[in-house]
Amino acid sequence: MSPVEPTSVAQVSDGLRSVGYLPGESTALVSYLAAKLGKPVLVEGPAGVGKTELAKALSRYLGRELVRLQCYEGLDEAKALYEWNYRKQLLRIQAEASGTGWDAVQEDIFGEEFLLARPLMTAIANPEPVVLLIDEIDKTDQEFEAMLLELLSDFQISIPELGRVEARTQPVVLLTSNNSRELTEALKRRCLYLWLDYPDVEHELEIVRLHAPELGETIARKLVGIVQEVRELDLKKPPSIAESIDWARALLLLGAEDLDAQTFRETMSVIVKHRTDLDTVAARVGVRLSEGAAGGAASR
Amino acid sequence: MAPPRAEEGSRPPTPRRRAGFDARLIGFTEELRGEGVAIGTSELLDAFAALHEVPWDVRADFKEALAATLAKSPEDRRVFELVFDRFFFRAAEAEAAVQGVTEGEGFEDAASIDVDALREAIANALQDGSEGAMRDLARLAIAAFGERGEGSGVIGVDVQRIRRSLGLRAEPQPEFPEGDPRRDGVPREQLRKFEQQLRRELERGQIERTRQLPPARPLSELDRSLPGGPIQDLAAVHRVVAQLKRRLATQGKELRGRRRHAHVDVRRTMRASLQTGGVPVELRYRPLRPRRPELFVLCDVSTSVTSASVFFLSVLHALHDSFRKLRSFVFIERISEVTEVFERERDFRRASEAISRDAGVADISGYTDYGRVWTEFLAEVEDDLHPRATVIVLGDARTNGRPPRDDVFAAIAAKAGRTFWLNPEPRLYWNYGDSVIATYERHCTAFECWTANQLEDFVKALTAGSHAMPRS
Repeated sequence: MSPVEPTSVAQVSDGLRSVGYLPGESTALVSYLAAKLGKPVLVEGPAGVGKTELAKALSRYLGRELVRLQCYEGLDEAKALYEWNYRKQLLRIQAEASGTGWDAVQEDIFGEEFLLARPLMTAIANPEPVVLLIDEIDKTDQEFEAMLLELLSDFQISIPELGRVEARTQPVVLLTSNNSRELTEALKRRCLYLWLDYPDVEHELEIVRLHAPELGETIARKLVGIVQEVRELDLKKPPSIAESIDWARALLLLGAEDLDAQTFRETMSVIVKHRTDLDTVAARVGVRLSEGAAGGAASR
Repeated sequence: MAPPRAEEGSRPPTPRRRAGFDARLIGFTEELRGEGVAIGTSELLDAFAALHEVPWDVRADFKEALAATLAKSPEDRRVFELVFDRFFFRAAEAEAAVQGVTEGEGFEDAASIDVDALREAIANALQDGSEGAMRDLARLAIAAFGERGEGSGVIGVDVQRIRRSLGLRAEPQPEFPEGDPRRDGVPREQLRKFEQQLRRELERGQIERTRQLPPARPLSELDRSLPGGPIQDLAAVHRVVAQLKRRLATQGKELRGRRRHAHVDVRRTMRASLQTGGVPVELRYRPLRPRRPELFVLCDVSTSVTSASVFFLSVLHALHDSFRKLRSFVFIERISEVTEVFERERDFRRASEAISRDAGVADISGYTDYGRVWTEFLAEVEDDLHPRATVIVLGDARTNGRPPRDDVFAAIAAKAGRTFWLNPEPRLYWNYGDSVIATYERHCTAFECWTANQLEDFVKALTAGSHAMPRS
């Protein structure tokens, strides 16, 4: 992996394509700005539109390591930043217990040797530039967000016992959010903003083709059309891009020639995953598809 | 329409030009702030930094770079789009007017345009959604039907007249032959875009003739309000509801930090202290129980406010888990309970159809009769009302000259614990004409509720169970 320094938006766009991610018009531009300006990017959008995937693709394209911090409720500094390896510290104290004074031991046990680096620390301290993904930031509480501010604006972490750890290289930082709560203004102010939405028909078709190239043109188009239609319904969980790709692959495996009503009934559980949603989709979309070959229809 | 730098991309920018552009960008952010987008100096600096990195002659890049640094939520982004178009359109036109650039008359032989062919071409372009063609066709349409640029002088009227002469409608029109895209109706979204193009071309013509800009209007409140008209796309409604649902589902947990200090439960503390010989070593706290209000919702569904009402009801029913009990009523001249409709129907459109079909709330005139509504409501729910119940009325408080019967309303408010009034009209219009909101406001708390944000604030406050409501 040799690091890549993009010099234009078109280059980023092509680069992301070459690693299997088809960026929308603003995605490439914001990624380019992130790399150039060294600002974190806040990526928001519904679930399953490729927010996490974007970070992975960027790390592949830029030839940088991906450091990922998955956020969840109750995540704290010890899990995100660093922790003192207190077992090792205890052992050290015991080993040196006799003879050495407290001052010497204290000097000793708060050294980098006893520091357990967590993802944020890893990203900062890495000698090579990395891509840092802070996933689902909206799952944490506001206190954690505030803690991130120092990291995001200055790329440094203060450790009371040790001093400041500054980033040796400029990481590309992506924060993703499902918008399940309003993030603080302070955090937003430090970030570039990218809103990812479900792609339009042509764009999604391209994505499906990229991931399931063997699927026939007409059936792929029909598939994407149906997925887009299903998203318009008021579902508990609308199908994501990943799910349309899964569906395309499932159809390939089954060797489906055409997407008729029967095939749809049998495979729609790939894209719709709630009991009530299944009923809605079957009633609204399923009935409009042409019945398959006579044999298929009769067998039911 | 292109950003003003676009046409001079090849010329090396002289210092004076450069300063001019900076000022212009600041003007643009000022305008965004005026529309309620919070932009700090750091964001402005980011915007300048970002513009250093992108080519300015690509409109999309220029715009996205600004959007990524200035607009930081989907709502802000929507306002950004509107302001961006307005600002740079006006800036480009102002420059053209100063430098005396005109586009010429263009179509000298307007009379020779094949009108029928044009109609069909436009309908087809709308069907395919080809953006580029739309602008050209808009100009052709103006040339053909716009009476050579004279028109009525009011752009909105001209737009609608041209649209009608083209036979474009969103509803299916069976009189057209098979294969004509107009037969099944033109997609609403496309129609709206075409109308925008028409409007823009007409404005451009007007500026060229008069050689000055019309006064700037602030963004119409309608552009950002709740789904009011039928044209508003339902997808947007769903998005708002889905987001509300998720936010409200998570908000309880979020509050936990702030409300950590609960009340000491003396009885349980004493009980626990027995273990330690009567010394209360360990304090026991009262558990925090989320307040789950009992709601009675009354919604006006007369034509003026029907969309806002149905929208509000579907939001509440989407959230029914948060309430102990939720009964909803719709009214025009009489009331009718619709709780079941919403339990059955999760789809916004179908719910609103079901209501207009089955509720039977219009009697003769179809105008709201608040007096009668209060009386009927009180008769129906009097026994159920108690101090822990919340009554919410959504309506514009326009009595159409009928007696407001605020004495009955006062009786309802006295029986219920809390009474709220949501008015889908901006506060500016309150108490004008036949609006008697002031009469009712004596007995309840009234809120404006015409944007998604205001609605969200209200619902949040309602489910949080706090009596101190934010007034935004």
